[in-house]
Amino acid sequence: MSKISREDVANLARLARIEMTAEELDHLSTELSVILDAVARVQEVAEKDVPPTSHPLPITNVFRADENRPSLTPEQALSGAPAQEEQRFKVPQILGEE
Amino acid sequence: MIFEKNATEMAAALDKGEISAVELTKAHLDRIAEVDGDVKAFLFVDHEGALAQAKDVDQRRKSGEKLSPLAGVPLALKDVLVQQGVPTTCGSKMLEGWRPPYDATVVSRLKAAGVIILGKTNMDEFAMGSSTENSAYFPTHNPWDLTRIPGGSGGGSSASLAAFEAPLAIGTDTGGSIRQPAAVTGTVGVKPTYGGVSRYGLVAFSSSLDQAGPCARTVLDAAYLHEVIGGYDPMDSTSINAPIPPVVEAAKSASVKGMKIGVIKELQGDGYQAGVLKRFNEALEELSMLGAEIVEVSCPHFDYALAAYYLIAPSECSSNLARFDAMRYGIRVGEGSAEEVMNATRELGFGKEVKRRIILGTYALSSGYYDAYYGSAQKVRTLISRDFESAFAKADVLVSPTAPTTAFKIGEKSNDPIAMYLNDIATIPTNLAGVCGISVPSGLADEDGLPAGFQIMAGAMKDDRLYQVGGALEAALNSKWGAPILSKAPKLGAK
Repeated sequence: MSKISREDVANLARLARIEMTAEELDHLSTELSVILDAVARVQEVAEKDVPPTSHPLPITNVFRADENRPSLTPEQALSGAPAQEEQRFKVPQILGEE
Repeated sequence: MIFEKNATEMAAALDKGEISAVELTKAHLDRIAEVDGDVKAFLFVDHEGALAQAKDVDQRRKSGEKLSPLAGVPLALKDVLVQQGVPTTCGSKMLEGWRPPYDATVVSRLKAAGVIILGKTNMDEFAMGSSTENSAYFPTHNPWDLTRIPGGSGGGSSASLAAFEAPLAIGTDTGGSIRQPAAVTGTVGVKPTYGGVSRYGLVAFSSSLDQAGPCARTVLDAAYLHEVIGGYDPMDSTSINAPIPPVVEAAKSASVKGMKIGVIKELQGDGYQAGVLKRFNEALEELSMLGAEIVEVSCPHFDYALAAYYLIAPSECSSNLARFDAMRYGIRVGEGSAEEVMNATRELGFGKEVKRRIILGTYALSSGYYDAYYGSAQKVRTLISRDFESAFAKADVLVSPTAPTTAFKIGEKSNDPIAMYLNDIATIPTNLAGVCGISVPSGLADEDGLPAGFQIMAGAMKDDRLYQVGGALEAALNSKWGAPILSKAPKLGAK
């Protein structure tokens, strides 16, 4: 049985930038343990000599010519912004107080 | 009624001048007004945009311009594809009110072909779910029985077809979100080969699995739509630079004589409803009578596909959904620092299932657990691709029931994520390997009189085979039933 504690979920939620309620943390820690038990069976067949597949297509880097193309205007790019100022996205303070 | 015709029939009537695109669009908007209060397939109906587009098509036709085969035919668009100026929510509160500044490639191709976009269809939030109950707005109801789910995540698209609100729809399929909704609504849905249809403008859930595709009421209609949306797109670096397989030709030829059809041993038996299996086996007999050779194949690692999927998809989603940061678009709530605002916005904007998957994915990718979970799942993905390779060496196409059961009641499985995940048990392997699949109706299950689906899978870029076998099965079953399956659905709106 996988054990995901309430503290584990709280830490994951912090990493994922989701402020969870106490109730959500309780609920998810129980649920995640059950789900992890179910999905852990991939380990039964994941032998050392099996190469991993991250993507169905065997492609690596895809390049295009470096040339000017039509693009969004600043107004269009900012049209969904929660806040804007001087043709820029206006965001809350990112760094701590000086 | 005109809205009961197939897309191909509507296109012929438009071409002959028996009806205008404006009249056809109005007929569908009226139909939506009549029945969508019960079905709830649409999140947004674009009356003005659709009529303007129809007017334009009529003018172009009048001026003698050579139009594409589907010009003037209406379509319902899953709300996970962006359309310029039209609200796009992905079924989430996170994007409530957002109007995208550009068109997805699928959308620009539909517009160029003159296909009329009626509006945006409901879906499980960010395409995570199998019932459309995870929509942040409301559940969609199955036209066969309004107390039941229409499948998911593309339940709005499948329901709109079955309710005759649109003859064509676009879906997206990450683990079965086109095919399972098609199965439970008696419609046709295709997941093309990965890279066969551009993902540019498709809001990403799990980028290595997501694939947009056509939904329709007939195999030939789906093939025409496939030709409109498919093909190489330089805006999607995972788009395959090769011609679209000859899907329309295949749907028309629809001959299975001499083909080898492989039945996958692992995708039947326990967990599959008896009536679903019965219809599946009868469909196999039809194909055999048409001259196909039925062989049994084994794909032993398919038993691990669901587990691998529920590690890979959440892992990719935890990364993809990081873009919803309350800074550039979407909602913003809370006070304080950027991080505090982000935390509060994501708490409010995401629903239960989305949070569950982000947390699961964050766990599976975290150091110390990566090899055991995400890494192992990636290895299973290799084993599943190998199973497909050896099966396709023995058969031209592979088949299974599309979904293990018919449509269940709304609310029945919403508190049991594992039971919900099992809906996709037969569709997920295709996504993991990047190959293609279609669901066509196999009939109504004896127990409940609800539609069941027959899944056909083919190798990468062999999409034409789906249409070839699907078209043959559809023709055989329609002649056996005397009418298409949807003629047996309860009549909606006739009050």
